[in-house]
Amino acid sequence: MEQAFKNAPFLWRHPTPRSHYDIVVVGGGLHGLSTAYHLAREHGLTNVAVVERGWLGNGNAVRNTTIIRSNYLREESMPLYEFGLQRWERWPEELGPEILFDQRGLLTLTHSQAEASAARRVVFANRMAGIDAEWVERDDLPRLCPILDISDAPRYPVFGAALQPRGGIARHDAVMFHLARACDALGVELLQGCEVTGFLREGNRVTGVRTTRGDIGAGRVGLVGAGRTPLLARMAGIDVPVQSYPLQALVSDIHEPFLPCVALSGKLHMYVSQAHKGELVMGAARDPYRSYAQRGSSHILEQQLQAALELYPIMARAHLLRVWAGTVDVTPDAAPILGATPRDGLFINCGWGTGGFKATPGSGWVFAHALATGTPHPLAAPFGLERFTSGALIDEHGAAGVAH
Amino acid sequence: MSTAPPGWRTDMLHIPCPHCGPRDEVEFRHAGTGVPLPEQSTDAEWARVLYQRESPLGPLTEQWVHVHGCRQWIHVVRDTRTHAILSTHPVSAPPPSAPSVDHAP
Repeated sequence: MEQAFKNAPFLWRHPTPRSHYDIVVVGGGLHGLSTAYHLAREHGLTNVAVVERGWLGNGNAVRNTTIIRSNYLREESMPLYEFGLQRWERWPEELGPEILFDQRGLLTLTHSQAEASAARRVVFANRMAGIDAEWVERDDLPRLCPILDISDAPRYPVFGAALQPRGGIARHDAVMFHLARACDALGVELLQGCEVTGFLREGNRVTGVRTTRGDIGAGRVGLVGAGRTPLLARMAGIDVPVQSYPLQALVSDIHEPFLPCVALSGKLHMYVSQAHKGELVMGAARDPYRSYAQRGSSHILEQQLQAALELYPIMARAHLLRVWAGTVDVTPDAAPILGATPRDGLFINCGWGTGGFKATPGSGWVFAHALATGTPHPLAAPFGLERFTSGALIDEHGAAGVAH
Repeated sequence: MSTAPPGWRTDMLHIPCPHCGPRDEVEFRHAGTGVPLPEQSTDAEWARVLYQRESPLGPLTEQWVHVHGCRQWIHVVRDTRTHAILSTHPVSAPPPSAPSVDHAP
């Protein structure tokens, strides 16, 4: 693997780790890269390393379903996700138009009066928070999504939908590559094949990380471990209420454009969009058991495909090309964890669970603020670890979408 | 590492129920991992009881309910790296390291 990293200098450098950095970010996914990017760009900190146990672009960063939205429910969550969406609106200019950020509109389907009431509540909360949101009656849905079956034929007929016009998708692998190249150009060192095996400590202060490429000292360490967070937290000797589960996604063969929006159904655990290249990109419910195997069980996929065919009969003509599972870091309240830890010098950014891609620009911005200044960004302040002791949870099980 | 008998599906978990024998995952409901309830606790200890659940790399003792079989709760020791079922136990005879199920998740 070492040789492969050296063979791609046109992407980014493959540096030898220094003995000390101002800040070490553990985890080279999108949240980690976004953190390093904003440390360099917004705070002028370039003596920064991102340590990644595998290679950049080996995990959830390039294997998610690319959905971007900010229509969460709680007053703590809405500003954080909306800030992320506003940063997305800047990223094509900063990173390059190749990331194909596309605000094609996002429908959240409902299947009952009760679900519709809950969805309308989110719409009204969003509008009060300045987030674009509309309620769409069933008969108006074909205008937005012509292939949706709005008859009474499906097992769970569509009742109506919430619409976020500014929601959409982006090309995740391009986001990862352009973000990594931007980090590299700003002077951040991207250390691949560099797995954290422990932490350097002086009393209660974390002073660096032990890695498979040697010990690396750090002024501050940011843990952005996604699905590996429980293992890293155990190494650091801290409690982080995160559990790791498989979340499966599916891709079809390539078709002419026929699905103009992103469509989610929380009840049926199915979400789908059509990538610019033409594949249907679909997500399923998460599996119920904890796992690091990066695979799930087939009955979850069967349920997802049943729902797809019920709602979109035309999809019966598509073929399933590939299926995979990522390891997602799930918190008890379906909200992320951002901020300090009981260890001095150690900060954490995790718990984005089944829907982290949308948040990466905002997540990196607010976490860079915490690492640069030692204090939480105002948008991230409610998301600290201490909420599990104080009881101030941020219950996003409703608006976190599918199967958190 | 599959525990499936020959000819069985290998694309989901196969759990040898201690009462009914080997069955497909779809017959079961996953019921998480419990922790013992303390007599008294501080806020921090109570937060651990409510929210802290282990997510180890390797063997994990968890509970499943055989909802479409004998309807019994059982203990399952499963490897989170491979999905291999290492052992299963009746609820009355938990494996040595098993957490208490006093507190259903």
